[in-house]
Amino acid sequence: MAIEVVTGNHAAGYALSVAAEANRVGRGAACGIYPITPQTEIVEFVARFPFTKGRVIAVESEHSAMGVSIGAAMAGARAFTASSSNGLAYMTENIMVAGYYRLPIVLAAVNRTLGPPWNIWADQGDTLYLRDFPVIQLYCETNQEVLDSTLLAFRLAEDPRILLPVMVIMDAFILSHTQMETDLPEQDLVDRFLPPLELPHQLNFERPTTVGGLTWPRETLSQRLEIDEAMERVGAVYEEHRAAFEKIFGRDPGGAISAFETEDAEAVLIASGTIASTAREVVRTRRARGEKIGMVKMKMFRPLPVDALLDAMPRATKIGVLDRDYAAGVGGVWWHDLRAAMQGRRDDVMVQDYLTGVCGGDVTPAMLDEVIDDLLGRRSAGKPVWKGIDR
Amino acid sequence: MNVTLETQDPITCCDECLVRPGNTNCGGCGMSVGLVMLDRALKSAGQRCQLVIPACCGIVTAGGYPTTGYSVPVLASTFAASPAFASGVAAVRDLNDEPHQVICWAGDGGTYDIGMAALSAAAERNENIIYICYDNEIYGNTGGQRSSATPPGARTTTTPVGKLERKKDIMAIMAAHRIPYAATLSIAHPEDFARKLDTALHLEGFRFLLIHSPCPTGWKSEPAESVELVRLAVGSGLFPVYEVFDGWRYRITIKPNGADPMEYYRRQNRFPAAAMDADAVRAEVAGATARLARLAEVFAAG
Ligand code: SF4
Repeated sequence: MAIEVVTGNHAAGYALSVAAEANRVGRGAACGIYPITPQTEIVEFVARFPFTKGRVIAVESEHSAMGVSIGAAMAGARAFTASSSNGLAYMTENIMVAGYYRLPIVLAAVNRTLGPPWNIWADQGDTLYLRDFPVIQLYCETNQEVLDSTLLAFRLAEDPRILLPVMVIMDAFILSHTQMETDLPEQDLVDRFLPPLELPHQLNFERPTTVGGLTWPRETLSQRLEIDEAMERVGAVYEEHRAAFEKIFGRDPGGAISAFETEDAEAVLIASGTIASTAREVVRTRRARGEKIGMVKMKMFRPLPVDALLDAMPRATKIGVLDRDYAAGVGGVWWHDLRAAMQGRRDDVMVQDYLTGVCGGDVTPAMLDEVIDDLLGRRSAGKPVWKGIDR
Repeated sequence: MNVTLETQDPITCCDECLVRPGNTNCGGCGMSVGLVMLDRALKSAGQRCQLVIPACCGIVTAGGYPTTGYSVPVLASTFAASPAFASGVAAVRDLNDEPHQVICWAGDGGTYDIGMAALSAAAERNENIIYICYDNEIYGNTGGQRSSATPPGARTTTTPVGKLERKKDIMAIMAAHRIPYAATLSIAHPEDFARKLDTALHLEGFRFLLIHSPCPTGWKSEPAESVELVRLAVGSGLFPVYEVFDGWRYRITIKPNGADPMEYYRRQNRFPAAAMDADAVRAEVAGATARLARLAEVFAAG
């Protein structure tokens, strides 16, 4: 155990590297890397890491970075990569392939506003836009959570019941470039948590297949169904590995959701990423004044843990969703997804959308106070409410 | 009743063939011949391979899952990224000290066009892979559209009056990366073809092979004439057959025999006569042939 003061990028780079190194007794580790602000330090970290049995290939684009990682994973290695914003958009075709090939690749993603215009600040639109792909998405609140989630991501991705890529996600600059005390576990602990990878469908000469060749609609459909079944299992499998993580590392890496003061809450804020920290503090302050409000941090976006969410807020009648993203013509993605998932299950609950910190604007306690005031004063939900705009 | 089907010997599939009988390639396809030649070269070198194939006729060759037209592991890559996928596969092969070759098998679309950035980058990194482009000078798999490998004058579905631009000189581009080995191969010259594959199989680093690959479907030519056509291309100097070591040492391995390039054009229905200027074609070919001969003379490969 070594507590150090490091950035979120450092935490992610460290976790990716030691997780990959843990496969040195297996077929090794390999990945493609390509820099983009604010993710650059992650790939710089892994490029410097002295792998015993690993190769880091600095390629010419994000598309190829994921391509290399796919090839490495298909050859049986532990593979990962990292990106952000337009880089993710450029990588998208191969992220899709990694998912449909059921490859346990871990992708560290730093949330940054998609351009144009050129904007390097935090916005979740770049990862939420991958919502329809077979990729598990985990949003982090602290640098420790980035590190822990990355290690957990490999175990979850490589579980034979899952075999899907996992994205570990953090806000640009607010985490990526901000230093916090973080426990960086020693290699031997990581080795205990991450056994050598045995990918069941790696390329081999004994059973030569054409991976990704033509299939008919029925076969493709059955593959999609298998992905759906794997997604169904993610919640329970995550909990198993979360418990194993706590045993080995001595701390809880966090659940798919984390509820705060929600048991008797009538109004609940739903937040993700670093906005959760601000929201928790605002809720704490107003609770002290006797207001029956609570807050849920959503770590997992795919698959969407709706059951856990509903169980956590049995008395809620008003939900305010904090979206640091904007889907054109829709509003917030979290809101859109949550509202759809809750339909028919809690029709008595009003779900209102607040676009907060979109394109990297600050989300202040004062802004969230306004959000809560608006939510409490509402009798019905309306259009998404934009916050932080001067007009 | 189909007498032929009833009486003929059943096609037996030999597990050892790289490309198995029963694949869906068109008759007269140069790619099929290329795969058979690759199979022979691997066998005589005592090697085996894993293939990485982007979108192209070569991946259709595999047929429908769960069967496969290939007897070796194949990874289908995205159109633009076969050299990147192969780099990952090859890296893990090397980490585990395995002897097999990792070979990209791609058409001209995935090579000259959409895959150019990944190809150039893998060559620049001198990845330990063999990249083979079967150049049929057209997007064959999508029904015959122009590529930057399509020769001038050729009519395709997207160049209805004949292509106006020249063909991209991919060999010059690849040689400029100073890779250990780059060579052009013609199925009309099987011994030269086999020797170059053997050379590639015994070198390390990035090796680039370009096969002139007749495509009767796109070339509007007779399947039975495929080999004769590419022989004419070599003989006339339209498709120079040579090799380049380390990007600068040249060797012409089959010299043009003085055949008239116009004969090559006349025997395919993709070249509308109105789009062809015989004098210009002859001058262009003569210039390119002389330039290459001079390179091979001044920078001779021993
Ligand atoms: S379209 Fe051309 S390249 Fe493709 S299989 Fe047919 S002949 Fe071969």
